[in-house]
Amino acid sequence: MFVTELLQTTPDPAAETALTLPDYDPETQAALFRYLLRLGDSVLILGQRTSEWCGHAPVLEEEMALANFGLDLIGQARMLLTYAGALEGKGRDEDTLAFLRYEHEYRNVTMTELPNGDFARTMVRHFLFASWMVLLWARLQSSADPHLAAIAGKAVKEARYHQRHAGGWVVRLGDGTALSHDKTQAALDDLWPYTAEWFESDEDDARLAQAGIAPHPGELAAPWRETVTPTLAEAQLRMPPESPFRSHGRWGRHSEHMGHLLPEMQYLQRAYPGGKW
Amino acid sequence: MYTQAMDLIAKEAGNTTPATAEPEAYQREFDAKIDRGDFIEPKDWMPEGYRKTLIRQISQHAHSEVVGMLPEGNWITRAPTLKRKAILLAKVQDEGGHGLYLYAAAETLGVSRTELIEALLSGKAKYSSIFNYPTLTWADVGVIGWLVDGAAIMNQIPLCKCSYGPYARAMVRICKEESFHQRQGYESLLVMMREGTPEQKAMVQDAVNRWWWPALMMFGPPDSESVHSPQSMRWGIKRVSNDELRQKFVDATVPQAEVLGVTLPDPHLKWNPERGHYDFGPINWKAFWDVINGHGPCNRDRMAARRRAWEEGAWVREAAEAYAEKAKRRATTHPTAA
Repeated sequence: MFVTELLQTTPDPAAETALTLPDYDPETQAALFRYLLRLGDSVLILGQRTSEWCGHAPVLEEEMALANFGLDLIGQARMLLTYAGALEGKGRDEDTLAFLRYEHEYRNVTMTELPNGDFARTMVRHFLFASWMVLLWARLQSSADPHLAAIAGKAVKEARYHQRHAGGWVVRLGDGTALSHDKTQAALDDLWPYTAEWFESDEDDARLAQAGIAPHPGELAAPWRETVTPTLAEAQLRMPPESPFRSHGRWGRHSEHMGHLLPEMQYLQRAYPGGKW
Repeated sequence: MYTQAMDLIAKEAGNTTPATAEPEAYQREFDAKIDRGDFIEPKDWMPEGYRKTLIRQISQHAHSEVVGMLPEGNWITRAPTLKRKAILLAKVQDEGGHGLYLYAAAETLGVSRTELIEALLSGKAKYSSIFNYPTLTWADVGVIGWLVDGAAIMNQIPLCKCSYGPYARAMVRICKEESFHQRQGYESLLVMMREGTPEQKAMVQDAVNRWWWPALMMFGPPDSESVHSPQSMRWGIKRVSNDELRQKFVDATVPQAEVLGVTLPDPHLKWNPERGHYDFGPINWKAFWDVINGHGPCNRDRMAARRRAWEEGAWVREAAEAYAEKAKRRATTHPTAA
């Protein structure tokens, strides 16, 4: 019976967490910690948003696809945050990091925290984001950091599927009916300005690029644009003009939406301190 | 997740007298297959009453899976850890998958998924009324896995051998996944009960108190009030009676509750050495019928959520069709470009 089996096979949690850490100087270590949060929080928060669709999608097949997106993203977040916690060395695990930080300590790119909006907006965001992540994960596969390279190796395959699936919807909706075209164009116009943040950089980025741990964010700007352009063209969508708008989630300054997403996500950890789940 | 109230379905379908209008030879062959325990397959001849009963039963089961995504989906964004969030997402995704195979199984009987969904949204088709109860705390998620999926498995295992091939095969896969869900639900409760805070333990007990009786009702009305069953039993669509399944469930669950350290909310629950079963208290059937008849705590919310998803998704489905049309036209105009 399953109960007997369960009682016999309780895994030893300490066995899972043994991770050999690379030997970095303190500045590189701190920069990598913050970089892992930027990546880990971005996939965590987008996974959180994606999972809000559960039970509400336009067709059953998309319920499945959106849940799949969510699962992949949460899975990536777990690996990244676990590694971040280990690297930091202060005893924070994936859940302490995911659930028990203040808003300004989250480093996700702002686009991921924006409300889902309609299906067009959800798919446009996912397509833009996954297209960026495919390029980023592909570069991180050859990171000088072995753990990050391993995570990237798994995540790049997932991101490719996300890009293909969401891109398929961008084309169908953009080139579907007049109504779906307008909704898709409006979503693209709204979301586009949030992409500029992805390619901006600071000292951490420079340090990690120099150490061969992560690509310089700016290097991905042109390839990303080249990747998304054909899909947007096929979808009959107009590329939005450049805008001086800048978002700053990667620096911990978020939109007003983040302050509503977090209390919901953190509720049980805050309400039952010291709980075991 | 699951289906109940097959009695209600068969009661309606029972009005269609099977064999009269059908060629006798076909009917004889059909009966012989049933007697031999062979599967009936989509292209085989079958009595109209059998077809209708199956369509209703399978589609009700499919609707239950899809509506069943809502109560648990209610906790995905608030799951307490990333691991639990992933497990819950995967579980709810499995339920969507069960909905898909079951709609596909129903489609082999000559109905479309859209027709079936419209019957659900208009209130004509039913879904398991267990999903008309609210998930008020995180412990409800674990308790649903343990008790509701546990009851579903009891109900569904006999269906793996039901006479209609596509349904039986879908049920084999579904039962495997449900067993996994039940185990995960129970495991999450075990962690809270063994390692959790007093507040967490109280949360688990409260959820058990609220779900125990509705779980027992999932097996449907008592055999004494079950008007129809002979026909479904004869057809091999229903294999074991409601009361037998309910007893089996109680017998399996009581020791699990003891291991967990929770009390089942029934003062009459007691081992009866003569029967070799647990005795349990009377079920409040009025409460059951009230929920079935639309007066449960969440009937309106569940239907409103399904209707909203369907209506708000209409432009997406229309766009996908319009795009597919355009793509087809382009392929005929410029075959090489396709």
